[in-house]
Amino acid sequence: MTATTAASSAYIVAALLFVLSLAGLSRHETAKAGNAYGMAGMAVALVATIGLAARDGDALTVGLIVVAMVLGAAIGIWRARIVEMTGMPELIALLHSFVGLAAVLVGWNGYLSVEGAPAAEAEVLDLPVGIHSAEVAIGVFIGAVTFTGSIVAFLKLSGRIRSNPLVLPGKNALNVGALVAFAVLTVVFVVSPGLAVLSGLTLLALALGWHLVASIGGGDMPVVVSMLNSYSGWAAAASGFLLDNDLLIITGALVGSSGAYLSYIMCQAMNRSFLSVIAGGFGNEGSTAASGDVEGEHTETTAEEVAQLLRDADSVVITPGYGMAVAHAQAAVADLTRTLTDKGVQVRFGIHPVAGRLPGHMNVLLAEAKVPYDVVLEMDEINDDLAKTDVVLVIGANDTVNPAAAEDPASPIAGMPVLHVWEAESVVVFKRSMSTGYAGVQNPLFFRSNTRMLFGDARERVEDILRAL
Amino acid sequence: MLIGVPAETRRNETRVAATPVSVEQLRALGHEVLVQAGAGEAASCTDGAYVAAGARIGSAAEAWGADVVLHVNAPTPDEVALLRPDAVLVSLLAPALSPDLLDALVARGVTALAMDAVPRISRAQSLDVLSSMANIAGYRAVVEAAHAFGRFFTGQVTAAGKVPPAKVFVAGAGVAGLAAIGAASSLGAIVRATDVRPEVAEQVRSLGGEYVGVPADEAEQAAGSGTGYASVTSDTFNARAAVMYAEQARDVDVVVTTALIPGRPAPRLLTEDMVASMKPGSVVVDMAAAQGGNVAGSVADEVVVTPNGVTIIGYTDLPARLPAQASQLFATNLVNLLKLLTPGKDGRLVLDLDDVVVRGMTVARGGERLWPPPPVQVSAAPVATPAPAPRQPAVRKEAPPGRRVALVGLGAALLFVLAALSPDQLIGNLTVFALAVVVGFYVIGHVHHALHTPLMSVTNAISGIIVVGALLQLGHVSSVVTVLAFVAVLLASINVFGGFAVTRRMLGMFRRA
Repeated sequence: MTATTAASSAYIVAALLFVLSLAGLSRHETAKAGNAYGMAGMAVALVATIGLAARDGDALTVGLIVVAMVLGAAIGIWRARIVEMTGMPELIALLHSFVGLAAVLVGWNGYLSVEGAPAAEAEVLDLPVGIHSAEVAIGVFIGAVTFTGSIVAFLKLSGRIRSNPLVLPGKNALNVGALVAFAVLTVVFVVSPGLAVLSGLTLLALALGWHLVASIGGGDMPVVVSMLNSYSGWAAAASGFLLDNDLLIITGALVGSSGAYLSYIMCQAMNRSFLSVIAGGFGNEGSTAASGDVEGEHTETTAEEVAQLLRDADSVVITPGYGMAVAHAQAAVADLTRTLTDKGVQVRFGIHPVAGRLPGHMNVLLAEAKVPYDVVLEMDEINDDLAKTDVVLVIGANDTVNPAAAEDPASPIAGMPVLHVWEAESVVVFKRSMSTGYAGVQNPLFFRSNTRMLFGDARERVEDILRAL
Repeated sequence: MLIGVPAETRRNETRVAATPVSVEQLRALGHEVLVQAGAGEAASCTDGAYVAAGARIGSAAEAWGADVVLHVNAPTPDEVALLRPDAVLVSLLAPALSPDLLDALVARGVTALAMDAVPRISRAQSLDVLSSMANIAGYRAVVEAAHAFGRFFTGQVTAAGKVPPAKVFVAGAGVAGLAAIGAASSLGAIVRATDVRPEVAEQVRSLGGEYVGVPADEAEQAAGSGTGYASVTSDTFNARAAVMYAEQARDVDVVVTTALIPGRPAPRLLTEDMVASMKPGSVVVDMAAAQGGNVAGSVADEVVVTPNGVTIIGYTDLPARLPAQASQLFATNLVNLLKLLTPGKDGRLVLDLDDVVVRGMTVARGGERLWPPPPVQVSAAPVATPAPAPRQPAVRKEAPPGRRVALVGLGAALLFVLAALSPDQLIGNLTVFALAVVVGFYVIGHVHHALHTPLMSVTNAISGIIVVGALLQLGHVSSVVTVLAFVAVLLASINVFGGFAVTRRMLGMFRRA
């Protein structure tokens, strides 16, 4: 057994542990074990790699490794500790950008240590140099797209830039043009590798990543984040090809394909074509159609009246949305749930697959507030029960409860599956104002005769109701 | 204000307009309550209980002479004479059908609010006695039918033989109809129900009934037949409905009819022929008997047995046959009205005629006739404008199987060519890559929706594996490479440690009830 074979077998073990980790994360019962498998796999991989590096390198190398990793670990764990659950989407988007940037750097290093190095120092390859160059180009490209894409997603999610989709003339032509230019540059790079070509390619990819995500509207952010997750996996896989490292390939491919599948599930949940979301620009088409014409009178209510309504109810369903996250209302909502449950009212939650800005965002927030996960149901699980429900509390959700999606074929969100809250006996909508949701579509729910509007900050209103109870 | 609750004088009336519970609620609004001695006896509310709740007991004249008089039935001319000219009377008045009473009230100068003229908008539901009484009536109709029906409602298999369940048909799935469906199905009967509004099918099913629709007519659907609720239907529709009713009448054991159109005679649903076709021993409860009846041969307040042995029940006092329940709900409706009229909770009555609910109910004020009220927009939703060129809903078409096979074949061929042209090492890498893609796809196939975020953050941590690549580059070739690799290790480490730590934190929060 040499150090190299030991490292290789350690990589196989690590790869299998990662598979177990993803499998474990699919169910509540095994989720914690899954995370532990992931950590174990990562530890095995790191020990093996550091061992290899230490054998080949000098003391300075080992020192640098230790410094970089300790510093990275400190920053990573610090961020993970202080992040608020409402800020989870931003953090994950930011972390994706790190993987993207690391992939770009690894790609550049690949070039600098082979094609770009003086002939005497260049590493010897088993492969034709052309293939190596192509791998560099592809790795850098995916990494750079992931990097800027994630940065834009982070900025949009954290509200540092407006989340409206950017609409450049001929945006699809721009994207396709960028891909064509990438292919051309790759060929040029393979034929005659040069710093200028690689720089051009990197800039092109950075611009493409920026444009791709900038032209996707805020409502599609959950899909975007999960798509970027997938990209970061592909970036790691590309680096694996470059370095002839099976662990990177396996892990990257695992993350890449599982992320893509997750995005696909979510696109299906919104009845949207996967390609059209990736290409961006949802909510622009057709928004000039009938969507703005829905008007009517809404009925306001007070916290006391809602409290009375809840007291008289037998079953209550709460459908939270991004507004609950913004108002940090999850703890108050959890208190309300407990109070009502103690009074014998059946309280359940209905979660739309794209509620919030991250897949499963609402579940994490409710878990933080200690709402038991077995009363938190998926849209399909609860939709049939809504007609038998006495009161539905819509807390900060809008597009995901829009009856227009089911009833108005001219609506821009037509065909998107939504929570059928309007079938319940009465609906209370918590909202800051009468403005439209992320998709920019007016919601006829607010004008239904069984709907009451409760205006104001969601947390304050829920607390008012708690007092009235 | 002093609220008077006189006893009901109508024959067979058992209800009372206030219960000890509602007296307390009225007093909480700042009012005083005076109940006529014995007013609640038929509804099992003793004078003692009223006193315990804080009410005074007085004579009929005292009760009628209060500032506000709460009553169930419309007052007789004698009772109108007992009212003070500045008093407020709240009761059922049927203003559309009793112009004489209205004139008398106007002449007397009192303010009169009709509980049966509450606008049917959602906000006013808590005052709507028609709904609350219809609910009771629907339940009681089934109980009356069960009483008159010589058999079980539920099916049983006993040592003495098998008993089939009764079949109940409910016509009209409004409040009363739905209550009847619920009561009959909880007694174990097979329940069918129909309504001119096909959209109530779901409500019928939710209570355990089976919805029987009238076969649709294309032309009529295209024209749009309005809301259908409590409205008149077209002739062709009625002809098709009659066929359906005839079929049901032959088949079922019990029929409950609830079809009413306000201000018009009740529609005739079951003809004489249909009743004659029913099995002997069958029971029909005609809840519209007071308005002329849905059933041929029904007589208001009477039980009629037809020559072929069908019992037709035409009671019009079904709510009063559950006096305690009916009084409680009626009294709660009245309390809700007084809450609306006493916004300050200080015992001062404010009659805000700009409020559509109050305006709709007020039929007379200070000698002025206020009936009929201006029409109320029941639904705030605008009249649907025809959608401009409705687009096809965005449903993606499945590719035809032939094309899918071709695509898969093309992909396989491409992959084959690509791999065949690659050097050995690349082939090895591609093999690993292809298999890992498939594994990644399947391994999260059944991920629980709540775990999407932790899954994403763990995959994010795992994709920090790129640190391995950067580590291997560190210390090689040139210092530029080393610096870049150092940065890459740093970034990827943030990912690895941050990702796992945050996943751990999140998973720690999930718990079961």
